[in-house]
Amino acid sequence: MKVEAKVLLYLGLFFGIMNAVYWNWSLENAGGVMMFAGMLLCFLPGSYYYFWSRRMKARPEDDPNATQTSGAGFIGTFPGTSIWPFTLGMGAFFVVLALVFGIWFLIPGLGLAVWALFGATAEGRRGGTH
Amino acid sequence: MQTPALPPQGATVRARRWRHLRRAVALPLAALALSGCTIPSFYASEGATSSSKSVYHLWQWFSIGAVIIGGFVCILVAYAVLRYRRKGDHIPRQSQYQLPLELAYTIVPILIVFGLFAATLVVENKETANPATKVTINVNAFQWGWKFTYPGTNAFVYGQTTQNPEMIMPAGENVHFNLTSSDVIHGFYVHDFNFSRYALPGVRNEFTILAQNEGTYFGQCTQLCGLYHSLMYFRVKVVSQSQYAAWIASFNNPADEAAAKAAAKTTYQQTSSVVPTHGSTTKFGR
Amino acid sequence: MTDVLDPPVQLPPPPPSHEMLEEHGHDEHHGPTGILKWITTTDHKIIGLSYTVTSVIMMIIGGAFAEIIRAQLASPNGTLVSLSQYNELFTMHGSVMIYLFVGPFAFGGLANIMVPIQIGAPDMAYPRLNALSYWLYLTGAITMLSGFFTAGGAANFGWVAYAPLSNSVNTPGSGADLWIGGLLLTGFSAIFTGVNICATVFYLRAPGMTMFRMPIFTWNMLVTGILILLAFPVLTAGLIMLYCDRHFGTHIFSVQGGGVPVLWQHIFWFWGHPEVYILALPFFGMATEIIAVFSRKPVFGYKGMVFATLTIAALSLGVWAHHMFTTGVVLLPFFSIMSLLIAVPTGIKIFNWIGTMWRGEIWFSTAMLMAIGFLITFLIGGLTGIYLASPPLDFFTHDTYFVVAHFHSVVMALLMAAMGGLYYWGPKITGYLLNERIGKMQFWFLFIGTQIFTFPLYVLGLEGMPRRVAIYPHDPQWKTLNDWSTFGAILIGISTILFVVNVAVSWKKYPSGDNPWDAQTLEWFTTSPPPHHNFYRLPQIRSERPTWDHNHPEHRSLTHGKHPELTEDGLEKVHSS
Ligand code: HEM
Ligand SMILES: [Cu+2]
Ligand SMILES: [Cu+2]
Repeated sequence: MKVEAKVLLYLGLFFGIMNAVYWNWSLENAGGVMMFAGMLLCFLPGSYYYFWSRRMKARPEDDPNATQTSGAGFIGTFPGTSIWPFTLGMGAFFVVLALVFGIWFLIPGLGLAVWALFGATAEGRRGGTH
Repeated sequence: MQTPALPPQGATVRARRWRHLRRAVALPLAALALSGCTIPSFYASEGATSSSKSVYHLWQWFSIGAVIIGGFVCILVAYAVLRYRRKGDHIPRQSQYQLPLELAYTIVPILIVFGLFAATLVVENKETANPATKVTINVNAFQWGWKFTYPGTNAFVYGQTTQNPEMIMPAGENVHFNLTSSDVIHGFYVHDFNFSRYALPGVRNEFTILAQNEGTYFGQCTQLCGLYHSLMYFRVKVVSQSQYAAWIASFNNPADEAAAKAAAKTTYQQTSSVVPTHGSTTKFGR
Repeated sequence: MTDVLDPPVQLPPPPPSHEMLEEHGHDEHHGPTGILKWITTTDHKIIGLSYTVTSVIMMIIGGAFAEIIRAQLASPNGTLVSLSQYNELFTMHGSVMIYLFVGPFAFGGLANIMVPIQIGAPDMAYPRLNALSYWLYLTGAITMLSGFFTAGGAANFGWVAYAPLSNSVNTPGSGADLWIGGLLLTGFSAIFTGVNICATVFYLRAPGMTMFRMPIFTWNMLVTGILILLAFPVLTAGLIMLYCDRHFGTHIFSVQGGGVPVLWQHIFWFWGHPEVYILALPFFGMATEIIAVFSRKPVFGYKGMVFATLTIAALSLGVWAHHMFTTGVVLLPFFSIMSLLIAVPTGIKIFNWIGTMWRGEIWFSTAMLMAIGFLITFLIGGLTGIYLASPPLDFFTHDTYFVVAHFHSVVMALLMAAMGGLYYWGPKITGYLLNERIGKMQFWFLFIGTQIFTFPLYVLGLEGMPRRVAIYPHDPQWKTLNDWSTFGAILIGISTILFVVNVAVSWKKYPSGDNPWDAQTLEWFTTSPPPHHNFYRLPQIRSERPTWDHNHPEHRSLTHGKHPELTEDGLEKVHSS
């Protein structure tokens, strides 16, 4: 976890310094704000990882001497198949078509999206198909 | 490039390496010397203004650097490719780090970069300086043409697409430009000035140009601005200062004054009467 | 094989109630088949393959547009297409290539397949999100291209869509809206893939696969993922603003209502420059892997390589306005020095690639040829990029063919690396090799074609030919150089045809075995193609080359010219930090 945290924190730090120079020198706000937001986007997850990296013991993937058996066990739930990404994708497609061809495309668009939302949640509760 | 295993063999390897290195540096330099001691143009041209000449020299120095660095890398690659092709099922030494070498090719490029930056700054400051001037030209770009007005005088020139409006400017004198656009973004680009600048709506872009050589130069819009972008031409005619004064004076009757006032206020747009038919065989002057 | 490493261990069987890592072999016998299988799959390999195939089709479509563009320019008064069709063609050529080919091919295609396998993970961290990414990408591509079937034609304001040309007054019609909509969809697909890659790398690595043992490709994909998360939301926001300007009467980018047109350029390039590295880094990674494997050596300066990648990412957020030097409203020295500095890490990479080849045993397979072609072509593109980072030189070449040549050198280099990636990893994905003879022919057509294609464009730019013009009647002498360039484009077209021919000719013909190249990283430890959740067993991971260490235990990397210390049980002694 430490390296992950450091990568993000150092990136954020660099953006912060670069932005301090840029913003003070150019007085141009668009870039200043965007770079500032970039810095925050690095600090947010970076500090979270840093916080936990100091509190937990090294995971098997952070331990250079780990053997394969040390990491064995439950890794996570991986759904085998699911129709809901496709449903949600089609919903998003129709929502975008509504931007171009008229508001009535929102009906199938939002319909599919909401359906996918419920479907995927229920599927997640069951622990995934297949 | 690691320390070789056997000293005697290592010595020859190192000597060979030096020879290659020397050749890598010597070749481009020899090429330079052969070209009659004048630095090659690298396909750019000197141009007609004082800053176009500085830009040209900057171009040459960058190019020399690029040829040397690019040539050096190409030679290294060629050497590696020819020398180390696979011959059998042999597994080479699995070396991975060589810190001094890695530091060298980090630090040397940094130094080169700062050198290039310093050279850049010199030319850039010259090009973006805004000294006081006597002559001002307002350039207004529109879809798809140009309007040139000369504040304080009655002179104005305008034309669209294939009409090639011709901007007149004096030689040997700093001329101040105010560049604007009345619709979308256009690009004011004169190849012989080695210079371009956007015409932005809502912004007055100012710059100064000192034309040195008299002549007629070709200009064109370089920023995509819609349908007839390919045909948004103009010309720049650099004349002597007396010719310039005479040209300005030729606008000195009341009719011209009224016309100039009207032109200054008008926002021009493409009129269908000069819309070119695509693929026509119209001769375009140059 | 000595037993320096303890024998690979079998993962324990899954506890009954949980979906687990191990689930192989039998899954073909139940579950959906055919088109339903394709639609419902969440397997990163199938999704990645769909991405790869779709994006290669996009490359062929974009390439066809390019050939029409070159044919039009073969004469000064070309009449093959009209002025407005020409604008549509180059807009869609750029959009298809940048938005729908290079990026999705890299992070949706090969990275999607390879990153989990390279770090020993059973799948992406969020398999269903991964599937959603693909559907958004596919529908986005369809949306963008469908502009050609509308009355007003496809979008025609260039792939950068500069305001105010892209507003509803100057570009009315649904082609432009379809472009915006398609880009919104593909933008979200990229963001989701970015999230997925970061989470996978952070949470699903195999035991012992520390960050500094990840293959360079995975490192580059991680940094790409971070850059996607930093950059793409900006583009999405910008597109929504543009849409509001077009349809809801806002004036964010138009002078009339008090807006600022240049703001669009700031937003666009704040995404756009990180984007060019989002495009480039994956291919740097591919080339790194290929060069190391076919030189039979570890990546030279592995840590320097990682450092260079991170430096590129750090700098890439502070250089966007080098695309805006001629607006006259940006801080020239800042953007100039930042852009010049990017050349330093890029140079480190180039020297590391050479260092990897140095004293190696280079095997000139098609993949390796493509990687060397990439190296040379990218070198040219990088060096001309340095000119453009100098404002005075940019004033002189901006919006001329010189810029077009610069980025075509770069992206054609990326295309070579992409082809190298396909030749290198194709056997892993399918279990079959491609024909090497045709592959080498393809390489020479591509490499020589690229140089013949770009070199005249550099010269044309220096002679003053602007980009995005359909005709150049006032300068008919440019025809010769344009013809050369068109000739190069034809050679590139032939190379693409050869690739398609190769796929057809080699279809299931040359079984590859699991590790045809004697490769080094973890993906070559499993079968070709890998089983449902990628691995039946994993080796001990003690360096960034677990497969190599397992196959050649007596030839481990000499970290600093020395063999690593070994513990009594034969394992490398590592001092945990
Ligand atoms: C050494 C690194 C590089 C430097 C210093 C550099 C510099 C530049 C500069 C200053 C421009 C703006 C030129 C102009 O519009 O006047 C530019 C344009 C461009 N570059 Fe690079 N570049 C580098 C590498 C790359 C890479 C790796 C890619 C792509 C993967 C790339 C793709 C592009 C593209 C697509 C454009 C044109 C954008 C447009 O349509 O206007 N460049 N580059
Ligand atoms: Cu234009
Ligand atoms: Cu850039």
